[in-house]
Amino acid sequence: MYWRCFIGVLTREMLKFWQQRTRLLSALVRPLLWLFVFAAGFRSALGLSMTEPYSSYILYEEYIVPGLAAMIVLFNSMQSSLSMVYDREMGSMKVLLMSPVPRAFLMASKLIANTLVSAVQVYIFFAFALIVDVELSLLGYLYAFPIIMLLSLFLGALGLLLANYIKQLENFAGVMNFIIFPLFFLSSALYPLWKMREASEWLYRICAFNPFTTGVELLRFSLYEKLALYDLVTIIVLTSITFSLAVRSFRPKTSKGRLS
Amino acid sequence: MQIMINKLSHHYGTSKALKNVTLTLPRGFTLLLGPNGAGKSTLFGLLTGLQKIEQGDITFDGQSLHHSRNTIMANMGVVFQQNTLDIDLTVQQNLSYFASLHGISEKKALQRISTLLEKLELKERLSTKVRNLNGGHRRRVELARCLIHNPSILLLDEPTVGLDMASRQLILSVVKNLTQQRPMSVLWATHLFEEVHSDDHLVILFKGSIVSDDICSTLLSVHKQPNIDALWQYLITENQ
Repeated sequence: MYWRCFIGVLTREMLKFWQQRTRLLSALVRPLLWLFVFAAGFRSALGLSMTEPYSSYILYEEYIVPGLAAMIVLFNSMQSSLSMVYDREMGSMKVLLMSPVPRAFLMASKLIANTLVSAVQVYIFFAFALIVDVELSLLGYLYAFPIIMLLSLFLGALGLLLANYIKQLENFAGVMNFIIFPLFFLSSALYPLWKMREASEWLYRICAFNPFTTGVELLRFSLYEKLALYDLVTIIVLTSITFSLAVRSFRPKTSKGRLS
Repeated sequence: MQIMINKLSHHYGTSKALKNVTLTLPRGFTLLLGPNGAGKSTLFGLLTGLQKIEQGDITFDGQSLHHSRNTIMANMGVVFQQNTLDIDLTVQQNLSYFASLHGISEKKALQRISTLLEKLELKERLSTKVRNLNGGHRRRVELARCLIHNPSILLLDEPTVGLDMASRQLILSVVKNLTQQRPMSVLWATHLFEEVHSDDHLVILFKGSIVSDDICSTLLSVHKQPNIDALWQYLITENQ
């Protein structure tokens, strides 16, 4: 029963993803532009010192690959949440919530389906990164897989939580601008934290506190076959909290709430 | 399954959508008649568990949704007033998705889909995207979807609104035939008088209250009214 239900949700998400092939294209264009254009321009401007997990000096292109992979996960997770606002507006969310399995399982199925979509996009991006000679070890790519899944679950649950409190599609798009961009730019995705510290101490503190930074660093370490244990625990705890809150927010509403 | 609604009240802010509604829905076909804003959709929201019950309770064969949600949902089929099909997927993909949500194997689902679509004269539309179906066909797909898991409770919220006469009659006859073929409780909400027949169990909901609950022909004779239009006018005037 549960397995068939999960496969049903997964199949639907994959079908929707396949039908929205432009979504895959747009998901890749953004990080590829960053990698091929932005990084080429900033390579000479941004001197990077040797910091963990790197064991030697690296080019800027190599530095931003984990950050851009995390960016793909961030955008895809939020876009999936956007699709839940669409589902709710179109009424198909009611169909999902009327299934005779616990809502927590339904939400988890939807999130896991979306994490797989994210993972496909990230590995296509890694393949493109080979063009600029960013080639990591096979083990690094393998270690990164569970981390991509975990990060995607966390960001998906966060998006789900946000989606439930946003009544209209238009509002959600607006909120995304206030969530995605601050999460991304105030992180270590594009520049190391010590660089940020050189610019401003308080900006550095915000970046260090940002959970997306934790996710980016966790992914960066895994790609170099290293485990950032503190970051892993932090993301697991945050995922559990956001997922519990997201499931809780999808319980039936009282008169102040909505139908689905 | 017998549905018992006991002293159910619901409000939105200061406006009361349902006022102390008590109703027993026996096996068979029950028609819930009420104008727009009478509280029909609120009642459906509460019956399906999508809205939380604030006051009163609903039981299905003595079991409450709160305690036995999964068992009740496994036996419930719903057609919502709003379209709930995924318009980017085909008819088959929509129906298979719903079947999987109810744990039905792919093979069994395909058999049931084929039988239902044949009954609803839609078999040739199996691979058509819902986006390319007209309103009547979409409604029929929704009906097929809510029957895939052989539910014993069927809730239909204005399933024929905006449809032509042929589609309306087909949907109504399929549902009525089902209630005669197997033990089912069907609640059909409508605001269309022409869907009421003299042998129907008729419940009239007006401004959130049940103003009448009996076999239609009995109501006509008790209130000495010649037809449903006259009965409606009489009851509404009485309950203003």
